[in-house]
This record gives sequence, structure tokens and C-alpha cells, in this order.
Amino acid sequence: MTFPLDSILRFRTLAVCSIVACSAAFFVSCKTSGGPAGSEIIVGEYASLTGGTATFGQSVHNGDVLAVDEINASGGVLGKKINLVTEDDQSKTEEAVASVQKLVNSDKAIALLGEVASSRSMAGAPIAQQAHVPMITPASTNEDVTKKGDYIFRICFIDPFQGKTMAHFALGSLGKKRAAVLTDVKQDYSVGLDEAFKHTFSTAGGTIVSEQSYSTGDKDFHAPLTSIRAANPDVIFVPGYYTEVSLIVRQARELGIECPILGGDGWDSPELTKGEEQQFNNTFFSNHYATEDPDSTVQNFVKKYQDKYHAVPDAMAALGYDAARILADAIKRAGSTDSSALRKAIAETKDFPGVTGHITIDENRNASKPLTIIKIVDGKFHFAQRIGPNGEALTPLK
Amino acid sequence: MQILQQLVNGISLGAIYALIALGYTMIYGVLRFINFAHGDVFMVGSYVGYYAATYWVSHFFPVGSLESTVLVFLISMSVCAALGASIEFLAYRPLRSRPKLTVLITAIGVSLFLEYTGQLFFGPNPRGFPPIISNKAVIHSSSITINMIQVVVITVSLGLMLLLRVIVMRTKIGTAMRAVSFNQQAASLMGINISRVITFTFIIGSALAGAGGVLYGTMYPSIEPLMGILPGLKAFVAAVLGGIGNIPGAALGGMIIGLVETFVSGTGASTYRDAIAFGILIAILVFKPSGLLGKREIEKV
Amino acid sequence: MKSYTGLLIAVVTIIGASFLAPMINPYILGRIIYIGIMISLAVSLNLINGFTGQFSLGHAGFMAVGAYTSAVVTTYLSTHGLEMSGMTGTISFFVALVCGGLLAAVAGLGVGIPSLRLRGDYLAIVTLGFNEIIRVIIQNVDFKIHGTDYIGGARGFSVLPMTTFIWVFLVAAVVVFCVENLVNSTYGRGFLAVRDDEIAAEAMGVDTTKFKVRAFVVGAFFAGVGGGLFAHSNYNITPLDFTFLQSIDIVVIVILGGMGSTVGVILAAIVLTTLSELLRSVPEYRMIIYSLLLIMLMISRPQGLLGPSTLGKLFKFWRKPVVASTD
Repeated sequence: MTFPLDSILRFRTLAVCSIVACSAAFFVSCKTSGGPAGSEIIVGEYASLTGGTATFGQSVHNGDVLAVDEINASGGVLGKKINLVTEDDQSKTEEAVASVQKLVNSDKAIALLGEVASSRSMAGAPIAQQAHVPMITPASTNEDVTKKGDYIFRICFIDPFQGKTMAHFALGSLGKKRAAVLTDVKQDYSVGLDEAFKHTFSTAGGTIVSEQSYSTGDKDFHAPLTSIRAANPDVIFVPGYYTEVSLIVRQARELGIECPILGGDGWDSPELTKGEEQQFNNTFFSNHYATEDPDSTVQNFVKKYQDKYHAVPDAMAALGYDAARILADAIKRAGSTDSSALRKAIAETKDFPGVTGHITIDENRNASKPLTIIKIVDGKFHFAQRIGPNGEALTPLK
Repeated sequence: MQILQQLVNGISLGAIYALIALGYTMIYGVLRFINFAHGDVFMVGSYVGYYAATYWVSHFFPVGSLESTVLVFLISMSVCAALGASIEFLAYRPLRSRPKLTVLITAIGVSLFLEYTGQLFFGPNPRGFPPIISNKAVIHSSSITINMIQVVVITVSLGLMLLLRVIVMRTKIGTAMRAVSFNQQAASLMGINISRVITFTFIIGSALAGAGGVLYGTMYPSIEPLMGILPGLKAFVAAVLGGIGNIPGAALGGMIIGLVETFVSGTGASTYRDAIAFGILIAILVFKPSGLLGKREIEKV
Repeated sequence: MKSYTGLLIAVVTIIGASFLAPMINPYILGRIIYIGIMISLAVSLNLINGFTGQFSLGHAGFMAVGAYTSAVVTTYLSTHGLEMSGMTGTISFFVALVCGGLLAAVAGLGVGIPSLRLRGDYLAIVTLGFNEIIRVIIQNVDFKIHGTDYIGGARGFSVLPMTTFIWVFLVAAVVVFCVENLVNSTYGRGFLAVRDDEIAAEAMGVDTTKFKVRAFVVGAFFAGVGGGLFAHSNYNITPLDFTFLQSIDIVVIVILGGMGSTVGVILAAIVLTTLSELLRSVPEYRMIIYSLLLIMLMISRPQGLLGPSTLGKLFKFWRKPVVASTD
């Protein structure tokens, strides 16, 4: 039993502490809300630096930082330096909402970069749209993201495009007729690719012989793969992320499945083939760029990235880099940081020479750009074929 | 036959769940609380195995040789044992006489701490686990493929479970553990050093999780800092399924969960897999609340 | 009826404060709204965990049911020509929240029944299991009306932003009022009796079964309403927003606030949200610091921020103090 006085005192201490904490929060968040400072341009970035998809968020963040450093080193834009304010959303939707609200309202960012996951881009987009702050997502491939409003742009291709292209690739370039699909039902990305692939493949003369699924975080795929093996397909489409795909391909080969395995840009990582390089032979995936592309923009980026982070840049890093550079280019062309002028300048981006190809923003604020198909040989990613925005083969299959 | 193959897949997955479940169950047995951080100790075990195999043991023995594999296991198990003992000492010991819920929240705190410290130090990117056991097929036919890893996983797990059984049933400290789990107060009156028994339980349980981490890493060679959440949760389900606090029950529960998961994914319903595992758990608990092998505790008035 | 005076004062204050809301920085307003939602969720969980002594780890499951149900209702109404602002908007949102709450209450009934035979850790794992089952079902269900997909599976479900300051805090006030009055009524002493000594309660003629199920149903109803508010402030919801980790977040608020202390729970919701915002500047260390603070708090102040016994002495109008059990 505590004495009333004692407990009242204790309560008072606690109450004082919490009031101090709350006012400190106010202070911290209001401190930066003095509007854009004269000498710098504030660009907000929200990314998943921690949590379930931290690996993608950090890559994009690295790309953004590299681009901003590069732009600032060469004098910035409009005579001002870019100040990149980054908020971590912990891979959670509600944190993404809070991050965007903070960037837009407290930091007074003139534009936003983010997010990787479509679900979090769709949570942040309405806030950006309402505040008329242009937002460029580097890697959200779900169609609905840019439908949120005319201030929302993306610089990656959309899910159906990749699925459609891979279906044409399997039928045309590889000449396969019986396909099996293995989808990650937990990822909207994977489901989107899967639907487009199945639709295109079956309407263009192929047959889907088996449809299996898994969930992010799974480690054992022997079960769905055993079922796929029983259906005897001549090509398998696995539109997942490399975290699971690296295990799926190994386990498929262990089970004696030798046919080509295809995938999307989620495969792209140096970690994909580590340890078991041979088993990844005869696999292909669509990607945003190939590190071995002789193009000088690409080589320049790869070198700079390796110097700074001591790692080979993945597609997320390349997309983050392009997103930041397209934004800087648009600010330059707009001649001001006024939101409607900036929006118009981003919308008018045409043939921007990015690391991930020449990017044109179309009337739906999506990127129209080529797609690169990568072939894995002994664990190395080789350029195989480039396919244009309308599904036409731009180069022969290597 | 597909069924045979799925059976082998299921048993090897179940063996690892069983190893983690044993740790949950032992700690519950002596302390009566759910050590939520156990799955993360398992993750640390995997990372220790990764670093040991890639950067240290490879200087002395070639990767894949018997010596290096044994050494990797020993290093991982001892680091995890030390980690488990220090978690108990720093976080749980001050709470020994407090309500269970307080300890549970502390365990959740420890779990978050390990996960996010892992993300900070190891980086969030998945790492490829070095092939310390070759994955060449031992049996290979059109209907069934059993590879070396599956054989090793099953034998090592069974070996460790037998060893645990011997420790618990035949040694003095094992007898003390059982006594503490039966009645802590009476055990302490009999002159058993409760703190020592608890520390020992954490050491054994965490070492098993470390071994599980290395086995998991070799079987599914892509490890990341949040990898402990899901297997940890499933092992917990396995422990409750078998009757929490009951050692053979944990092994049985692990096997059941492994097999059910494998068969459910095999039928193409992998999307419902987690739900079905929990569904079975709920059904069993509703009809036999003490778990499959657990003894029904009679409430004293 | 002093507590009605309390409710009246709260409602008037909230309505008054809502006029100030547009003047606040939208980011801070957003966080205040988030705190309000967490208060509804935590106070309703407190009825199950704190007052009735059951141990539920499935609150996010009820939240998910309420969130998706109410979002389906508002989306359906707005695509069928109903204006989602003004009077029709208010009525539609009210109907949506009540629907969400009712369906969540049905789910609560489903979880409450197994709870009759289980207790402690077993109950915890079963409620956690229910949470995950609900999430997996939402992830897989194909719910289409006239060809429009309403749930969206893993892709997420875009929700109209309808949650406002006044909605959130009126709901919070109602939740606090209902829970406080329920447990402090003669009838509601049964909840506390179940917690303090189930066998003794039964011997005294308290229908323990009924009280446990009732706690789950009422708690789940308010969790559903809270979930509806959460969905309509989040723009986009995915099943991954409702994993058992979200449940654990709510449990942490309840335990930090002091089991069975409503004021403590409200304070904990404020302190935890503020803390999380304060740690924004160090994203990599945010969760590490949070977890360390959690461990240290549990070691140094296991009864939570406010021991329940201080409650009544400070807030006289909150009727008699609720006596806490030490275990």
C-alpha cells in the first residue's frame, strides 16, 4: 500500500515527464517547419530503412543519396543545394502515412521520393496529392499508384508490362508452350506479374499447366515444386523476390527440374546465386538495367556506387538514383520550385538518359522505357535481350 | 510417389522446428513463461554459423569438411548458449518474482532488440549461407530425392534430442531441472540452487536453437535478421501443440507442424498454410487444452 | 451520475478542441489522431486483459475485421453515388464503423468461446492464432461486388480518408466511458471477480463463462470500431498491417499503462507514440532504443506507468478505485 502523497508525487513526476516529452516532440517537429530555407531545396524521401523490406529501402536510399551528392557537388540546382530529408517508415503503412505527413507539413519538402512497396506508395500518394507536392516513386510497380492523382509519378515499369513481356519472351524467344507459375501471394507485386503473365501466355497460344503459390518468408518450397514437377512444364515463371527465389531455384534443381525458370526484377541481387552458381544456369529475369551495359551513364554509376558503398548496385539503387536525377532535372527545367511548375516539368520528362534506360513520362504519369532481360550463366548476370515499351524485341536474344 | 517426397521434406522441416520447440518448452518448464526471444536466438545462431564458416573456420579447414562443419556447430552453439545465459541474467533474473505478463513483455523487448540490432549490425540484406554440408543427392529416383543436407538435418536433430533426453533423465542437473519444473519451492527447500538450474536450462535451450539456426541455414541458405520470427512462432505453436513443458511433446509437435505445412503447401493451398497450422492448434487445444502429451493440471482450491 | 458529467465534459472539450484542429500542423494532428485510435484500441483490450484477466494477443485480428468491413461499406456507398461529406458522409461513416464493430464482435464471440477452457499462455497462443487466421483469410478472400475488387488481397485496399479528430476522440471518450462504467457497475464487478479469483467467483455465483465471453465481445466491438478509424486514416490498408506484431504493440500499451488502469493506458498511448516520433531522427536505432526502454521500464516499474491504485485518488469523479491484483 502506497501513501497517497507518495503516489501523487509519483504521478506528478510522470505527468511532468510526459508533458515535457510531448512538448519536446512538438518542438522537434516544429523546428524545421519554417518553410524552405533560402539556400537549399528540401526534398523529402520516405523509405523502409528498417523492418521487413529494409533491404530494398536501403538500396533506394543509397541511390538517392548518391545522386543528390553528385548534384550538389556540381553546384546543385538553381544555384541551391538539395537537402534530402529522409524518413524511415519501418516497412509499415501507418508509419509511411506519418512520414509523408511530416515531410510535407513540417519539413515543407517541395517534392517527395518514395516508396518501394506499392501499398505504402498508395498510402503516401493521397497526402502528397492533396498538398500538391509532386511525388516520384522509384520502384512501385502496381498500376494504381499513379492513378492517385496528377502529382504522382513513377519511373519504373508497371507489373503487367513485365508479366506480359516475359510471357512473350517465353513463347517467342524461347519457344516454350507449357508454363507453370509459382506466385508469392503475400506480395502485390508478385500477384500482378503473375496475372499478366498467365493472361498473355494463354491468349497467345500457350498453356498454364500448374499454378502454385508461396508466401514471403517461406523457406521450404519442395512441396509446391514437387507438384509442379508432376505437371511437367517446359518453363516456370517465378515472379518473386530474390530472398525466396534463391531458395526456390536451388530446390527446383535439387528435385531434378531442369527447364528454364523465368522471373521479374525482384530477382535482381548479387545474393541471388551465392553459393550455388551452377544451379542458376538456364534462368532469365526481366530487369531495369544490366551492370555490364557498356553505356557510359551505367558504367559511371556503377563505378561511383562501388566507390561509395563497396557493393554492386542492384536495380533498386539504380532506380533511386534515376528518380532523384529526374527530379533535379525537372527542377532545373521548371526554373523554380513552385509546385505546379515542377509538376508540369516532371510530366514533360522526355528521353531522360537514366541508368535504367531512356525514360519518358507518359500521359498516365508512368514511365515508358525499355526492359532488359538478363540471363544467368554460372552465377553471373549477362545481358540477353532488350525489349521496347510496346513488347517489341529491340535486340536479338544473346 | 509425391507423398514419399513430401514426407521426407516434412520430416526435415519438422526436425528443425522440433529443435527450436525444445528450447521453448524447457524454459517454460522451469520458469513458466514464454521466452519470445527464443526465435531470435535461433537467428543469431544462424549468423554466428555464417560468420564462423565464412571468415574463421575456413582459414583452418576447407568449407564442407567434417572438421569445419563440426567446428561451426560448436561455435554457434556456444555463442548462443552464452547469449541465452546473458539474456536470462540481464533481463529475466531481475523479474523472477514478478507477474508473468511483465516477463512476457520483457521477452518481447529482448526479441525486438535482437531483431533490430541484427538489422543494424548484419545489415538487412539476406546472406547466402556457405555450403558447409554438400547438397548432393543420397537417394535419387524419379519419385524421390533425398539429399545429404536432409540426412544430416534429421540425424543431427535426432542426436541432439537423444542427448537432451539423456541429460534430463540421467544426470544430476537434469534431475534438478525436473524437480524445479515440478515444484520450484519444494526444490529450493531440498537444497537445489534454482538460479543455477535456470541458467543451465537457458544454456541448453539456446544451444539447441543455435544448432537449429545452423541447420536451417544449410537447408535454406538465405539468412536475414528477421528470419527468426516465423520459425520461432511455429516452434512455439509446436511446443503448445505437444503440451508445453513436455520435452517429447515438443519433438512430436515440431514434426506434426513440419509435416502439416509441407502437405498443405503441396496441395497448392500454401496461402492458407499458416492459417491451417493455427487451426489445427486451436482444434486440439479446445478438445485437449493441455496439448497432445501434456498432463492436465488440476486446479487446487 | 458523476460519470455522465465526465462524459459530458469530455464531449464538450472534444467538440471545442475540434475547432482548433485545422490550425494544428497536419502532421502533428495526424499523430494526435493516431494516439486517439490507440487509446480506443488499448482501453478496449484492457477490458479483456486488464479487467477480466484473460490474455489476448489477437486484438489486431478484431481490428482487421472492423477495418475491412467499414472500408467495404464506405467504398460501396461512395461508388454508389453517396456523397462522403456533410450529413450523408457522417451517417455513412457511423454506419460503417458500427458494421465493423458488430462483425468484429461476432469474431470476438468466436474467440471467446475457446477461451472458456483455456487460460494464460494457451489462451494467448490461441488468440494469436485467431489473429493470424483472420489475416490469412483477408489476404486470400476474393470479395467482388459488381466486378469491383473490394479487399485487394496483398495489393492492399484503398480507403477514403474520413477519420477526423472529432470522430476519433468522440469514439475514444465513448470507449473509456463504457469500459469504466461497465467495470465499476455492480454487474461489472463480475469481470474483476473473474480476474482476481475465478474459482472463488464461481463459488459466489458469478457466471464466469458469461463474463469472459462478454469481455471478448465488448472488447472486440470497440477494437473493430478502432480498426475502422485506423483504416480511414491510413489511405491504404494491407493484411500486413494487422499481424500479431500489431497486437503486441497494443498489449505493450496496456501493460505499460498498468493493467486495469484506464488513465495509465491513455498516458501510455501518448508516451509511446511521442517516443516513437522523437526517435525519428535516428531511424536505425529507433527500435533498439524502444526495446531497451521497454525492458528497463519492465524491470524498474513493472506495475506500468500508473499503478491502478493511484487512479481513484487523483480523479475523484472516476468513482471508486479499481483495486489491482498483484499477480
